[in-house]
Amino acid sequence: MLRAPSAPVSAAPVPDAGFRPPDDGGVALIDVVHAWRSETPLRLPSLSLPAGAHAVITGPSGCGKTTLLSLLAGLLPLRVGRITVAGQDYTALAAGGQKAVDRFRSQRIGLVPQQPMLFGVLDVLDNLLIAQHFADRPTDRPGALALLEQLGLGGLGHRRPRELSRGQQQRVALARALVNRPALILADEPTANLDDAHAAQALSLLRERSQALGATLLIATHDARVRDRFDIVFAMPPPGGASR
Amino acid sequence: MNASRLLWAYLRARPLTTLLTVLLVALGIATVTVVTLATRQFEARLARDAVGIDLVVGAKGSPLQLVLAGVYHLDVPPGNLPYGAVADLRANRLVAQAIPLSLGDSFRGYRIVGTEPGYLALHGARLAQGAMYAAPMQAVIGAQVAADTGLSIGASFVGSHGLSPGGPEHGDDLYTVTGVLAATGGVIDRLVLTPLESVWLVHEGEPADEAERKVLEAEREVTVILLRYATPLAAASLPRAINADARLQAASPAFESARLFRLVGVGVDGLRAFGMLLLGLAALSVFVALFQALSDRRRELALMRLLGASPRRLFGLLVGEGLLLTAIGVVLGFAIGHGVLAGAGRWFSPRGEMPLTGLDFDTMQWVYTAGALLLGLAAAAIPAWLAARTPLARALSDD
Repeated sequence: MLRAPSAPVSAAPVPDAGFRPPDDGGVALIDVVHAWRSETPLRLPSLSLPAGAHAVITGPSGCGKTTLLSLLAGLLPLRVGRITVAGQDYTALAAGGQKAVDRFRSQRIGLVPQQPMLFGVLDVLDNLLIAQHFADRPTDRPGALALLEQLGLGGLGHRRPRELSRGQQQRVALARALVNRPALILADEPTANLDDAHAAQALSLLRERSQALGATLLIATHDARVRDRFDIVFAMPPPGGASR
Repeated sequence: MNASRLLWAYLRARPLTTLLTVLLVALGIATVTVVTLATRQFEARLARDAVGIDLVVGAKGSPLQLVLAGVYHLDVPPGNLPYGAVADLRANRLVAQAIPLSLGDSFRGYRIVGTEPGYLALHGARLAQGAMYAAPMQAVIGAQVAADTGLSIGASFVGSHGLSPGGPEHGDDLYTVTGVLAATGGVIDRLVLTPLESVWLVHEGEPADEAERKVLEAEREVTVILLRYATPLAAASLPRAINADARLQAASPAFESARLFRLVGVGVDGLRAFGMLLLGLAALSVFVALFQALSDRRRELALMRLLGASPRRLFGLLVGEGLLLTAIGVVLGFAIGHGVLAGAGRWFSPRGEMPLTGLDFDTMQWVYTAGALLLGLAAAAIPAWLAARTPLARALSDD
C-alpha cells in the first residue's frame, strides 16, 4: 500500500517514474497519451486516487479535462498508457471488446454530464430505471424512489424532465449516476450554469452521496468555487504547454 | 422498465407522425384485405351456386347474361325457349340431367322460379318447415324470403310481373306457401319455388275449349334449362350442337364466370395495386419518421451508449420502433378490412345477392402481414444502422 486513503495527496500530477496504481480499488491513470485523429497527441498527467477519495481536476478550457474523464469512463479507447479503476485494468478490459467496456462503465461508473441529458419522453423515475436496464441490472423501483427522496426529488418521480427546474434536472442526472451504486463517480463541470447557492448544493450532494456509497469522486471543472472546496486538486497544464 | 416502455414513450411523444404512419399501413393492409377477401368470397359464392351445372341453355343473347340470370338470378334472362327443348335434351345421351326454370315474376323482389323438384336437390335444399309443393300455385320459399317477407306456411301471396319490385300484380292468381327451406347460404335462399305449371297458369289465362288448350300447351315455354353432362366428353360437342339450333344458346357457367373475373379483374388488380402503393408510402413514412427521430434524438442515442447500451441495442431499438409502428398498422388494417367487409355485407347487400362477411380469413393475409413487416424492417434498417454508429465519445462533449 502506497498511501492511506486519508493521507493528503499531491496537488500536482505525481511524477511518472515509479508510479503505481493504488491497490485498494481506487483510480489511477499512468503515462496516458491520447491521439485523436489528426490532432497533436495529448499527454495526460498521471494521477492516482485511493478508493473513496474526492478530487477535482482543474485547468482552462481545452486542456483535456473532458478527454481525461472520457478515457476514465471508457468512452474513448485507451491506446498508450495504463488506467485502472476499482481494480480493473482497462487494457485487459478492452481486450474483452467494446461490450465489456460498456458493461463496466454502466455498472461501475456513474457519470454526471455537464448538461443533465435526460430522456425527455420518460418521467423522472423511468430515467433512473432505464439506467439500470441498460446496465443489465434488475430494476429496483423502491431503491430508485428512495434515492430520489434523498436528493430532494421526492414526489417528482412521475414528472417529465421539462417540468423540472434546471437545478432539479441536474439532481436527476446525479441520481441516475448513483442508481447503479458505482465505484467511481465522474462529474463534468457539474456547476456550470448554476448560481452560487445551487452550485454549493450540487457539490454537497455529490460529496455526500459519493461518501454514502463509498465511491471515489472525480470532478472536472474550471470553476474556482469548486476547486476551493477540495483538498485534492489535479491541475492540468494549459493546452500547447509542457504536456506535449 | 425495459426498452419497450421507451419505444412506447417515443411513439406517444410524436402522436401525429405515429398516427400518419400507422394509418398508411392500416389503409394499405385494409385495402388488400378487402380486395382479397371480397374476391375470394365472390368466387366461392359463384362456384358454389354453379355446382352441378355444366351448361345453361337459354334463348339467343349474351352468354354471360344467360349465366347470370339462369344460375345466379342476378340478371334478366335473354328470352324464352320452347318447353319441347327440355324433352329433346333429356333424350340426348350426353345429358345426365336437365332441369327447366321458368322465370319472369317476382314477389317483393324475390324471383318466383317455376321448376322441378330436381332443382332443390341440385342446391342441396332441405325443407325446414312444411311440405314440398304438390300442385300448381303452391310454393316453397327460401329461408331468406321467409325471414324477409314474413311469409309462413299457409300464407298466400300474389306474384308481380317482372323481376324487380313494383311491377304490375298478377290479378287474383294466389300462390300458397306449403313449405320453407332451410338456409343453405346459396342462391336458393332468395328464391320462391313453384311447379312449372304455376307460371304457365298465371300467364296463359283460361283456355276456352280443348282445342285452345292444345294450342296453349304446344306454345308453352321455359326460360332456362340447366344441364349436367353424362360424360366429360359432352363438353366438346354438346354446346356446339345446341348453339347450332337457331332458337337456343348454350353457355358454360365456369367459362362465363372466368370471363366475368377477367372483366372485374382489372378493377380488382387496380385496387390491389393501390393497396400496395399505400404500403409503399407507409414504408416511406416509417423511414422518414425514424430518420427524423435520428436527428431529434442524437443526444439521447449517445446517452444510451453512455449508459451501457450496445450499438446492437440501439439498432434494435430503432428497428423495433419501425416494426411496432408497422405491426400496430397491420392489426388496425385487419380490423378495418374485416369491419368494412362485415359492414358491406350488412348494408349494401341485405338480401345476400353479394354476401360478404368479415368472418373470413385467407392465407394471403399472412403474406401481407409478413410483407408489411418486412417493409417496416427495411425502412427502419438504414436509420437504425446510423443510430448504431452513434459515437461514444460524443456523450460527454458539448455539441
